[in-house]
Amino acid sequence: MAKIIKVGMADLNVMKESGILTTLGLGSCVGITLYDPLKKIGGLAHIMLPSSKSIRNNSNLAKFSDTAVRLLLDDILKLGASRARLVSKLAGGAQMFAFSNRNDIMKIGERNVIATKEVLRELHIPIVAEDTGGNFGRTIELYTDTGKMLIKTIGQGIKEI
Amino acid sequence: MSLSIEQMNSMQIDVLKEIGNIGAGNATTALAMMLNKKIDMSVPKVEILEFKEVTKLLGGEEIPVCGICLDVDGDITGNIMFLLTGKSSKMLANLLMAREDNSETLDEIDRSALKEIGNILSGAYISSLTALTGLNMKISVPSLTTDMAGAILSVPIIQYGKVGDKVLLVETEFNAGADDIKGFFFLVPDAGSYEVLLKSLGVLE
Repeated sequence: MAKIIKVGMADLNVMKESGILTTLGLGSCVGITLYDPLKKIGGLAHIMLPSSKSIRNNSNLAKFSDTAVRLLLDDILKLGASRARLVSKLAGGAQMFAFSNRNDIMKIGERNVIATKEVLRELHIPIVAEDTGGNFGRTIELYTDTGKMLIKTIGQGIKEI
Repeated sequence: MSLSIEQMNSMQIDVLKEIGNIGAGNATTALAMMLNKKIDMSVPKVEILEFKEVTKLLGGEEIPVCGICLDVDGDITGNIMFLLTGKSSKMLANLLMAREDNSETLDEIDRSALKEIGNILSGAYISSLTALTGLNMKISVPSLTTDMAGAILSVPIIQYGKVGDKVLLVETEFNAGADDIKGFFFLVPDAGSYEVLLKSLGVLE
């Protein structure tokens, strides 16, 4: 049976052997994967907030997009991945509740996605696929032997990117 | 500067727990009146939990749940959310509509009924809070979503995540006749609103 590593909320992990990195029930959070297709090394982060800069209590680096992507990059390079070969896929960033008026809490998904793209651009890591936005939750699985990402939803079916 | 749950002293936490208790109690009374049924309620459990423990309480990240979320505006801003497990939401809708629908999914009438329940429960919760604190608060129209527990919970958890790593949760269980219905309240104040709340109750300088 393939090895499965579960990544929780505000958490990240990397994997060298053949297996699955998964995170369950992404809402406004964003799942970010990094993958080296030659060495077949994968990494997955589940971030909650766009930036650590405006927040005082920011000791958990995996919670914020700006710090989590860098930490994930460090970890995957330590496993032997090549920085030049790394590609990224994104999923999540939904808006779970619809409100007409304010407020930033409701747009947090969108802001998480924008911030994540910005960090990846700064680090020159290409985003090869994404499934973001919408108003539904997602469970994602990254298969380290192929780099494929499977996205499962309730009511929106299953898709592969 | 905003206060996180971790930074509060035990007195302040007790006050928040008591508010949760009173709010949930009032909400259940409102529900009993609406259904015109005797509803037994357990003493609400107020807990401070780590993020990952919250989804466990509901049975896992991928369990389908129904969330009803309302904006709170006024002296305190934030959100109030009422959460039901998938089964409980259907039972509650059946109770309200006085029908026996055994399907698992919520139709348009169920959703509308549940929104109204969310509205009334949250209204009762907030009005008890207003009476206690003398603060002015009003709530928006409800928004309802059914989806994976993890996805719906990400909304209050992210909000708490801005200031700390823990969540304040009020769990209330009630039953009407043979049906056990389990509901959860989250009062999610925006940054700075906990201070206003605690100050109004005289437990913060």
